[in-house]
Amino acid sequence: MPTVTLNKKTVMRLVGKEMPDEELKDRISMLGTDLESVEGDSIEVEIFPNRPDLLSEQGFARALSSFLGVKTGLSKFDIKKGKDDYRVIVDQSVESVRPFTACAIVKGLMFDDEKIREVIQIQEKLHVTYGRNRKKCAIGVYPLEKIKLPIYYIAKDPKEVRFRPLEMNEEMDGLQVLSRHPAGRDYAHLLDGKDKFPFFIDDAGNVLSMPPVINSHMTGRISETTTDVFVEFSGFDQSVVSKGLNMLVTALADMGGEIHSMVIEYKDQKIVSPDLSPSKMEFDKSFVSRWLGVDLDDAKIKECLEKMGYGYEDGNALVPAYRADVLHSVDLSEDIAIAYGYENFEPTIPNVATAGEEDHFEIFKSRIGDVLASLGLVETKTYNLINKQIQTTKMGIEQMDIIEIANPLNIEYDSLRCWMIPSLMKVLQDNLHHEYPQRVFTIGRIFKKGESETGAVEADRLSVVLCEPNADLTKARQVFDAIMNALSVGCEAENTDHLSFVPGRVARMSVNGKKVAYVGEIHPRVLENFDIEMPVAAIELNLTDLFSVFRI
Amino acid sequence: MHEKLIATLHPLERKVLPALESHSDFDEIIKATGLKDIEVMRAVQWLGNKEAVELKEDVKEMVDLDENGREYRDKKLPERRFLIALKDGPLSMDDLQKKADLNREEINVCIGTLKKKAAIDVRKDGDLVFSITEPGRKMLDKESLEELFLKKDFPLDKTTLAPEEAFAFDNLMKRKSIITSDLVKTKTITLTRLGSEILKTGLGESDMIDRITPKLLKTKEWKGKGFRHYDVKINVPKVNRGRRHFVNQAIQYIKRIWLDLGFKEMQGNMLHTSFWDLDTLFVPQDHPARAMQDTFYIKDPSSGILPRDLMEKVKATHENGWTTGSKGWGGKWSEEMAKKNLLRTHTTVLSAEAISRLKKEDLPAKFFSVGKVFRNEALDWKHLFELHQVEGIVVDPNANFKHLKGYLKEFYRKMGYKDVRMRPAHFPYTEPSVEVDVLHPTKNVWIELGGAGIFRPEVVKPLLGFDCPVLAWGQGMERIIMEYFAITDIRDLYKNDLKQIREMKKWMRS
Repeated sequence: MPTVTLNKKTVMRLVGKEMPDEELKDRISMLGTDLESVEGDSIEVEIFPNRPDLLSEQGFARALSSFLGVKTGLSKFDIKKGKDDYRVIVDQSVESVRPFTACAIVKGLMFDDEKIREVIQIQEKLHVTYGRNRKKCAIGVYPLEKIKLPIYYIAKDPKEVRFRPLEMNEEMDGLQVLSRHPAGRDYAHLLDGKDKFPFFIDDAGNVLSMPPVINSHMTGRISETTTDVFVEFSGFDQSVVSKGLNMLVTALADMGGEIHSMVIEYKDQKIVSPDLSPSKMEFDKSFVSRWLGVDLDDAKIKECLEKMGYGYEDGNALVPAYRADVLHSVDLSEDIAIAYGYENFEPTIPNVATAGEEDHFEIFKSRIGDVLASLGLVETKTYNLINKQIQTTKMGIEQMDIIEIANPLNIEYDSLRCWMIPSLMKVLQDNLHHEYPQRVFTIGRIFKKGESETGAVEADRLSVVLCEPNADLTKARQVFDAIMNALSVGCEAENTDHLSFVPGRVARMSVNGKKVAYVGEIHPRVLENFDIEMPVAAIELNLTDLFSVFRI
Repeated sequence: MHEKLIATLHPLERKVLPALESHSDFDEIIKATGLKDIEVMRAVQWLGNKEAVELKEDVKEMVDLDENGREYRDKKLPERRFLIALKDGPLSMDDLQKKADLNREEINVCIGTLKKKAAIDVRKDGDLVFSITEPGRKMLDKESLEELFLKKDFPLDKTTLAPEEAFAFDNLMKRKSIITSDLVKTKTITLTRLGSEILKTGLGESDMIDRITPKLLKTKEWKGKGFRHYDVKINVPKVNRGRRHFVNQAIQYIKRIWLDLGFKEMQGNMLHTSFWDLDTLFVPQDHPARAMQDTFYIKDPSSGILPRDLMEKVKATHENGWTTGSKGWGGKWSEEMAKKNLLRTHTTVLSAEAISRLKKEDLPAKFFSVGKVFRNEALDWKHLFELHQVEGIVVDPNANFKHLKGYLKEFYRKMGYKDVRMRPAHFPYTEPSVEVDVLHPTKNVWIELGGAGIFRPEVVKPLLGFDCPVLAWGQGMERIIMEYFAITDIRDLYKNDLKQIREMKKWMRS
């Protein structure tokens, strides 16, 4: 989630109310943004991904102002009807690349260093969050004085279009931009495999930009002499680009700009953009009361909605045009709850009886843990992720069908464990400097490939290691038998081979005919791999299988 | 006068105590008593605890003969052997070396020192020829200071040396491997006044019963005898008891809270398709949390299969809201993406599964789980890649936002936190969404512990088949446990240091 730093003075001036820092902090937290700090002249907040409209100082101040009751209800934005040539002509060729755009012209902005920085910050934050790193939508802002209207949105063979990209000294073609320009390299994957790239081109034939990658240096760079701008969003869904444009132009309007409409000409329809009229949402007011557990009358609902910047008319909510997150009336419920104040809901536990019940297998595992603790063993908690080599070669086994992580961050934990003893061998290795005897156990999950919805099968297992001067098969069997005794089940032992154990000193244990465990002495070759110079006797017991036969 | 003390004396102490009347050196006491040094050591320590003896440790510089020193003491010093060999007339280098039995290095040293003292003459007659002088013959009559020194009894305490011996010591130290000088710790044990008094009183009965053995009981030999008294104040060696891991103790406690509140436990797999972990929870497919860097995906099997019927509903809900009354996220929902296997990013996946199994007649129903969740994060003092989440849902047609606060407040009250705060938050699957903070009881700051909310209809309806409020929470657990056990580095919870686990206090909160 993005963190933005806002200028406190600007925000408070826009809010229209002064207050002590402590109160400000509390109100910001209860508005629905995660406050990081209010220090000196800056407010640092984390904006949740559902509210990209709060990424700008203007949008944030607008929400805070109505939340505080200063300027409540729908904000009004005037849109001047654009001149005849305020048009963007969309060529059909963009359909297969980046089919939609929403555009506007904003005039009368007094750009200075500070404001340019602000606009760039809003643009960048919107790119990253709402635009999903320009994949969902991309944004361009251009100085109007360098552009000859109308504008064409068209896809062309990138080798045939040459322009000078932002901050570069030479002209290059579209493909060269992708390999030579830093932004080109960062976003090349978004145009991968396309025969044609999208371009905004003005009436004089000058390239404005190649979305979603880069603007032109000549026509796509705002300076301190800029007062009027052309703004465009491009993407794959008309409503996504239009909502994004609304967020940006309303912020520019709150900066003092004057919005002028443009006509977007698609092949079969014309759209007047931006459209800042609120959308009407019908909702069931009794549902909101039930959902939140408080009785809200019409007046209260109106008050709450207006505190959150909505309008309210004939029982319907009027959703501001820059809100992209209102999908369902539960979204209104949340905003009503925020306006009502989360702190004002009385915590209540309903007077309805339900029977609590612990999972039976969990009880079973816990009892076995208690038996082992009563025998003087110490329980450890081991990770499900483990290094692949520790499970295999270090245990004296060359090949095992292990489930590996596709994207491990740490090579020490690159696979899911398929058996438990390796986890405890690692514990012994990490405790070489501590006193012996070391009698340790762990209960945990193992993963194997198998028949299931995911293609993996999970089971819970117990492992015990006894590491002490006289550790042997007998000692391990005593522990195993103590568990069986506690469960009142009989078991049978037979000879088996296992590469991690000393030949002739490892038993395959069965309960009710089901093979559930290995018990034996760990091979010195394995001990050597873990730097252990003390005999180790071990148990690997499948608790899932044991439980299945235990219940019969 | 000291009967009580005398009755506590161990047989070893009874043997050592009389020897102290005439000995104070540790080694001498060993000789005098015939005990092993460890036995004497223990007896002295016990007597020391009883303040009957005083143990002093001294560091002394001890002088001893080295390899060459031992040889020279028997065979005389090289310079003397050199002069003796010349007594009967001049000799060439080779003859001299043979007759005096000296090596080349020793010859060279001798020539130097003896020439300086004018004890020999050297002529060059083709070969070098040596002869003894008058001062040399005089030297033969008298033993030097160094020779006298070598005849002393070693080892020697350096502080006992006379001035001329100290001079000889300095000279010999300069020469190769004749004597050594080392700092040695010595122990002297002396009786205190109490010790002397005890000895004077007499140690009394010497065959007091020490250990009570089966034999003693069988033969009834104990009858008519006294028992040695033990020192009941003494510290005894530590015994390591077996124990459950301290985090599991806490988990048991947390489970009990939810069981007491009437919740049923959920358990399930850790490896799931993205569908169950994310899509059923209405997490949009382009949500940043689904990116590679946050989630552990699986190499093989990389994808699973989806429940066809439910998938159709979920797909429709994402794309256009289906019949939930929602607009949906729009765009195309990808089945391929939903099939990708991952390690569960939250135990909320268990809640989704539990809801999908419920029928109308099962309501109201309450479930909880305490289970592992996975985050693809680098390990550091604040971050783990495997964590626990305390999960809960209440599926109840009459549930509302106030109940959500009620359950969480009650849980945290039982965990020892009086004050709970709810702040607005955002999760794709809940509306309203809540961040839960608890007030630290002593530091007086809010600690962020996890998310909660009411599941969106877009989550509930496809899973359950009908609309119903579902209160839900997924709370972090590690922070509370760290707080209780005073652990500041999160990795220390699962480092499995046996000393730490053995010594950790028990979870006693109630």
